[in-house]
Amino acid sequence: MTIECHLDIQGVSKHFGGVQAIGDVSLQVHRGEIVSVIGPNGAGKTTLLNMISGFYHPDSGSILLADRDISRHSPSRIATLGVARTFQNIALFRGMTVLDNLMLGRHVHMRTGALSAMLRFGPALREEVQHREVVEDVIEFLDIQPLRKQPAGALAYGLQKRVELGRALAAHPQVLLLDEPMGGMNIEEKEDMARFILDVNDEWGTTIVLIEHDMGVVMDISGRVVVLDLGQKIAEGTPDEVKEAPEVIKAYLGTQAAN
Amino acid sequence: MISRESGVFQTSYEGDMALYTLPLARNTTRVVVALLVLLPIPLMMANNEHLMSIVTTIALAAIGAIGLNILVGYTGQISIGQGAFMMVGGYTAAILSSRYGMPFWFGILAGGCTTALVGTLFGIPSLRIKGLYLAIATLAAQLIIEWVINHVPWISGGAQSSIYVDNPELFGFEFNTEFRRYYLVLVVFLLAFFGAQNLVRGRIGRAFIAIRDRDIAAEIIGVNLFRYKLLAFAISSFYAGVAGALWTYYLRIANYENFVLVVSIEYLAMIIIGGLGSVLGAVFGAIFIKLFPIALDLTVVSVSEGVFGIPYQDVANFLANMQLFLFGALIIFFLTVEPEGLARMWEHVKRYFRLWPYSY
Repeated sequence: MTIECHLDIQGVSKHFGGVQAIGDVSLQVHRGEIVSVIGPNGAGKTTLLNMISGFYHPDSGSILLADRDISRHSPSRIATLGVARTFQNIALFRGMTVLDNLMLGRHVHMRTGALSAMLRFGPALREEVQHREVVEDVIEFLDIQPLRKQPAGALAYGLQKRVELGRALAAHPQVLLLDEPMGGMNIEEKEDMARFILDVNDEWGTTIVLIEHDMGVVMDISGRVVVLDLGQKIAEGTPDEVKEAPEVIKAYLGTQAAN
Repeated sequence: MISRESGVFQTSYEGDMALYTLPLARNTTRVVVALLVLLPIPLMMANNEHLMSIVTTIALAAIGAIGLNILVGYTGQISIGQGAFMMVGGYTAAILSSRYGMPFWFGILAGGCTTALVGTLFGIPSLRIKGLYLAIATLAAQLIIEWVINHVPWISGGAQSSIYVDNPELFGFEFNTEFRRYYLVLVVFLLAFFGAQNLVRGRIGRAFIAIRDRDIAAEIIGVNLFRYKLLAFAISSFYAGVAGALWTYYLRIANYENFVLVVSIEYLAMIIIGGLGSVLGAVFGAIFIKLFPIALDLTVVSVSEGVFGIPYQDVANFLANMQLFLFGALIIFFLTVEPEGLARMWEHVKRYFRLWPYSY
């Protein structure tokens, strides 16, 4: 594997009023790597993800995606550059079918203009069919064939999470940001999800950054783990290294336990 | 004869993504279109121009309502300016045809395009404001446009604010009767209807719905909110402009009184009653809103005269107020009982008959 830096976060900070959500955090993610970001509640994990995907712009520092500075780009612009993400509290379009949700994942790759869409003839129709085929691959990969025409909002929680992952995957992203993909799942669903994440990484070489609270999963699937606490990066390394780090134990369990 | 889902298998993605996937639905649509095409024949034989004009009016209103529904129902951007946008289309067409001798089809297209530009301009606030505040901004559009058209003599053509146009003509064929003008409106209506149906189930329609349902998630999957909100305004106002231009050619006069604020609200009522976020719903709404006053007139007059022996003159006053009252009551009824309107009721009917007569 080439050790190419895919996502390079250089000393970013973010304040909300008087609160410093992220203070001078740097992080390098290599192409094809799975990196987990962990930390107690309020550590700034989601803020970090939101900065990568463009919802917030860092107060200082910069974020490079394959050497291109994206720290001032809009979220939709960043999506077209190959970054997809899922949300902590599912952000599916509830009234739409699963299929339409996934087709929306293909949005950045589609070109049809308004006029040809109205005629839906020739190129416009071909494009819809072509992208439907891509979406069908994702449907098969995630094993959600029976759900195609069901409204996304009517699905069980675990399945909604799976469909949301599917929507991100449909875009064939270079970088996949997952915000608690296993939050609120039972053990079986977690295992499935972990398998999907590993397979995506394996088959497409997608770079994955994920936030997760389940330490078992984090330790099992990540190549590297980054620990945030109170907006600072306090540790980084392989799962085993991080597990032993006194700063991490302190952040999670308190000073006494660390000693 | 009646074939429903059972036994219908799609073997291609084209088939599965067609507008009407079932033979029954396809055939029903064909029959309806055929009936619309043949409708003038019996009416012509009965020489019933009045009934023809009602149908034409409904089709005209439906074009405007479909446009408004793309903006309000699909994209979730409230607009109270549809009347004003129709006004822009109407006057554009009238000016082009009466002063510059342009053919009617050019007037319709130009009316649509000019209105799309104006609509996009007034859509810019939507990037910053939502909901009620946006509604107020579009209300401002209604008032500004109305004022400008009334007070710029070059546009309004003088004190009456009316511009007369000739009958539309195509290759020497003059649309000079009620029945001929109906066909003109029908063709545009069918284009508008199927165009909208195709639009909303493709890439752009999905982006619109995504913006309405969850704009943050829409942005994260790459929908440029700026571009698509303005596009929704442009398409919606294009429809409004086309509808306004057609009104002008149909009535052979452009007059702002046909497009005042009450008209904008009437169009909102159409899509609320018909069903927000449904092209067919917009048509249902147009039919309902246009037929409702007529039906009310007929029933009240016949009941009061026939049953109570009250002469028409005494009822007329009361009737006008009754109409407004019932309109308000109906909108409240739909908002509480069936927010998705007549289109959803139609879905219920279809679902019931899906398995009928064997309900398992």
